[in-house]
Amino acid sequence: MSTKEWPLWEVFIRSKQGLNHKHVGSLRAADSTMALDNARDVYTRRSEGISIWVVESNYVHANDPADADAYFEPSDTKIFRHPTFYEVHEDIKHM
Amino acid sequence: MKVLETTDLEQKFQDKIDREVKIEPNDWMPDAYRKTLIRQMSQHAHSEIVGMLPEANWITRAPNLRRKAVLLAKVQDEAGHGLYLYSATETLGADREATIDDLHSGKAKYSSIFNYPALSWADIGAIGWLVDGAAIMNQVALCRCSYGPYARAMVKICKEESFHQRQGYELLTTLAQGAPEQKELAQDALNRFWWPALMMFGPNDDESPNSAQSMRWKIKRLTNDELRQNFIDATVPQAELIGLKVPDENLKWNEETGHYDFTPINWDEFWQVVNGNGPCNKQRVDARRKAKEEGMWVREAALAFAEKRKKKLTA
Repeated sequence: MSTKEWPLWEVFIRSKQGLNHKHVGSLRAADSTMALDNARDVYTRRSEGISIWVVESNYVHANDPADADAYFEPSDTKIFRHPTFYEVHEDIKHM
Repeated sequence: MKVLETTDLEQKFQDKIDREVKIEPNDWMPDAYRKTLIRQMSQHAHSEIVGMLPEANWITRAPNLRRKAVLLAKVQDEAGHGLYLYSATETLGADREATIDDLHSGKAKYSSIFNYPALSWADIGAIGWLVDGAAIMNQVALCRCSYGPYARAMVKICKEESFHQRQGYELLTTLAQGAPEQKELAQDALNRFWWPALMMFGPNDDESPNSAQSMRWKIKRLTNDELRQNFIDATVPQAELIGLKVPDENLKWNEETGHYDFTPINWDEFWQVVNGNGPCNKQRVDARRKAKEEGMWVREAALAFAEKRKKKLTA
């Protein structure tokens, strides 16, 4: 026995003012109102959040993990992007 | 790019596991790893959902409002835990409804403990203390499982579940300190749930052929027998403290090993229950099937309503 499934939603929760929303998991719901209500019941039963975003999972695009090494390589080789790359005279303060 | 041979991929995969790098949903993984996880995680999800049944039966008969609110919250948690696990299973490409249909057709199993009935109010205490206690022992180890979504779900579940065990122990403590009839109820519940709780950890290590591979893949971190022994060592003093007697004549602290010795488990009973002949197997699966079938129109209506509203908005 099977029926057409409700769409899958990804759930993001802001735990308190000043912090960003963070992915916590997913759930199925017929529409966004139901997805929000279910997210509240499933993911915030112990004051874990003060704000919820739900996004239909089809709208999430991701890079291919198989190519991740090459994809992120440019940032690994540019060590001059980090302040520790530069020599500063030890008498210099506040820099 | 050079096309990698399967053996290369498998080697790279095992290297990652050995270095304690978590595996995430879209990463390459051996088919057998995926299949093992889908089986284990969906059965874990089914156990959470089926586990609601024996307890939900007692919500309306809780002796006071406090106990009722607590039990209601616990059963609601179990629904949430089932959902985290079904969602995590879906990240492996498993179809959620198909996994649920496998439960209903008897193809998929769930923890055999839920095929025992909850006969008295004291059983609600024994379930929280022993059944959730055994589950926590197992789940704490699973928090370090190599598959990221499963490990994350376990962290959340373990945090929530510790109240389940405490409320059960508190309930039994209250009964054990009550009238003789109440103490008797508590002892009777322990008598009936002790052995099935020990069976929850699964067959002995030498009878558990898939364990070695699961340990290599770091899906499992401790063996069935290790977990069972840890549970016994932790639980026996808790029973003694409230004046209840663990129903095992051979239970004895072993100075040398630093563990309790206990009677070998009656595995015939375990396999009977796993294979469908426990006291409540049929009742449990029938209840799940009925819930799906009779709730189907609600789900269909919600979807039809959502689609109609979407059309109106875009018109």
